[in-house]
Amino acid sequence: MSNIKKAFENGKAFIPFITCGDPDIETTKKCVLEAVDSGADLIELGIPFSDPTAEGPVIQEANERALKGGVTTDKIFELVRDLRGKIDIPLVFMTYANVIFSYGAEKFFSICREIKIDGVILPDLPYEEKNEFLPICKKYGVDLISMIAPTSEKRISMIAREAEGFLYIVSSLGVTGTRSEITTDLKSIIENVRKSTKIPCAIGFGISTPEQAKKMADLSDGAIVGSAIIKLIKEYKAQAPVKVGEFVKEMKKALRD
Amino acid sequence: MSSKKGRFGVHGGQYIPETLMNAVIELEEAYEKYKNDEDFTNELERLFNEYAGRPSRLYFAEKMTKDLGGAKVYLKREDLNHTGAHKINNVLGQALLAKKMGKTRLIAETGAGQHGVATATAAALMGMECVIFMGEEDIKRQALNVYKMRLLGSQVIPVQSGTGTLKDAVSEAMREWTRRISDTHYCLGSVMGPHPFPTIVRDFQAVISKEIKMQILEKEHKLPDTVIACVGGGSNAIGSFYHFINDKSVKLVGCEAAGRGVETFETAATIATGRLGIFHGMKSYFCQDKFGQIAPVYSISAGLDYPGIGPEHAWLHDTGRAEYVPITDEEAVKAFEYLAKTEGIIPAIESAHAVAYAMKIAPEMPGKIIVITISGRGDKDCAAIARYRGENINE
Repeated sequence: MSNIKKAFENGKAFIPFITCGDPDIETTKKCVLEAVDSGADLIELGIPFSDPTAEGPVIQEANERALKGGVTTDKIFELVRDLRGKIDIPLVFMTYANVIFSYGAEKFFSICREIKIDGVILPDLPYEEKNEFLPICKKYGVDLISMIAPTSEKRISMIAREAEGFLYIVSSLGVTGTRSEITTDLKSIIENVRKSTKIPCAIGFGISTPEQAKKMADLSDGAIVGSAIIKLIKEYKAQAPVKVGEFVKEMKKALRD
Repeated sequence: MSSKKGRFGVHGGQYIPETLMNAVIELEEAYEKYKNDEDFTNELERLFNEYAGRPSRLYFAEKMTKDLGGAKVYLKREDLNHTGAHKINNVLGQALLAKKMGKTRLIAETGAGQHGVATATAAALMGMECVIFMGEEDIKRQALNVYKMRLLGSQVIPVQSGTGTLKDAVSEAMREWTRRISDTHYCLGSVMGPHPFPTIVRDFQAVISKEIKMQILEKEHKLPDTVIACVGGGSNAIGSFYHFINDKSVKLVGCEAAGRGVETFETAATIATGRLGIFHGMKSYFCQDKFGQIAPVYSISAGLDYPGIGPEHAWLHDTGRAEYVPITDEEAVKAFEYLAKTEGIIPAIESAHAVAYAMKIAPEMPGKIIVITISGRGDKDCAAIARYRGENINE
């Protein structure tokens, strides 16, 4: 059992996503520290991948910027090692299967344990393929976080029963990116999930405003926001950490109200 | 050969977002239901024969045989199919299946544009909406095919992400499929991607080797010694190999695009330069860096310009049942010109990779029989080859 449950002990959780190394490691580090100071409950750290098939244009471009800037898996491990001297909230990696497979899963997860990474989210590793990494995740005490999509239907209970850490509920069809409206019947999906598991559920994909975050968190245990934060980082570059902090504060406040 | 979960040895699988899982399960169920359904197979055979012009000829290349002075060379003329390539075999099968599943819209990726044109054709024929994703770079290289797709009533969406080539077109088509599943079938063009695609596409392309076997037995009363095909994702190659896999005397050779050479970074030769990885829904060999970032690949051929290879090929390589050899741009262009001058047949630059390898080995194989699959015709490549030779022509 990882520390992830702690993220949900402080009211509804706010979970920001940040692509590591966009535009550079130093900015990522400052953004994470600001986000933690501003009340983030758990942070998703993206390890960039050249071909992120589950991402919309905003996060795709962040991946490209980060890789162009020379970030690597090893440099991201160093970043987390450094951050771990300063923060103790749960941290999870979000990346693609090949990044871990290519690094060597055994080596990857053993380093995760050492630097206190609590979980991993892999959008291209569905239930059917989770044994690719699950035994090694268990060996090193890293939660393999499962996703549930609007199309999951009969698969919900199968996925939820074996889920670890928290369940990532995908709000809408399609890829990541901000949306003006979320129309999925999330209420019934979450009701279904609750029948099979006690672990917390957080909703992500398409959330960008405090109102949306509040609405999503009311239905679940927390809200995940990626593209809206990446947009701030793109716009404000070296000045982004302060803006990210203000954004997180505003979101967390909306979830508390 | 494939296990229940769509594995070929360690390769294959279903490494895709949860959003798509029910879609591929639904596809697998539909395929299992229809693949042995008499109405379905009769209808597909009728389309193959009446519409696509099958069976394609197995042509004895007498002048080439004499000139090379060794093995007897036969050409499997997939270039004579309607739309000019083997791609139509798979597309007619998948479009018919999609229609049975109640889908009204086809989406597809394309590299050289052959699969895009074939999909647009099937969509026009069956009255379906069609959207083709094509890399920006490939749109520049293959203007004629882009025009054809639009003429056939399809929308062509330029893909700017990544390297603007085939892999990015696949990624974008996958993203589009996650956006819109209920009425849309993703008509994947090669033996790649998540299960059941590698199996479905292989089965529809297997008509190539089924015909080769019948035709060569009729002409030569024995099996060929070697079957050669070009490999990008590998659909014409698996189609050419499939019915010979259990005939151990038949050597199977896949020709990869080496681009400017396997010792350079400008190559697309996956078996020669790639490593085991997970990408585009499958475990297989991929060109990638040490951190698993997919490498930008290069070949003069837009259809072979892909950083991976289908999982069944990866497995045929592992078991040694098939051999994969790299062919450079220069060798392929020479073969393109050679076949035009020697036999009066202009092959696709993709297929020219297979011709190039046959030219290397035929002289050393007297008394033997080689079959080369000419997967497509080369009209689409003439302008690019002219440019390669320093000549600018208007298409």
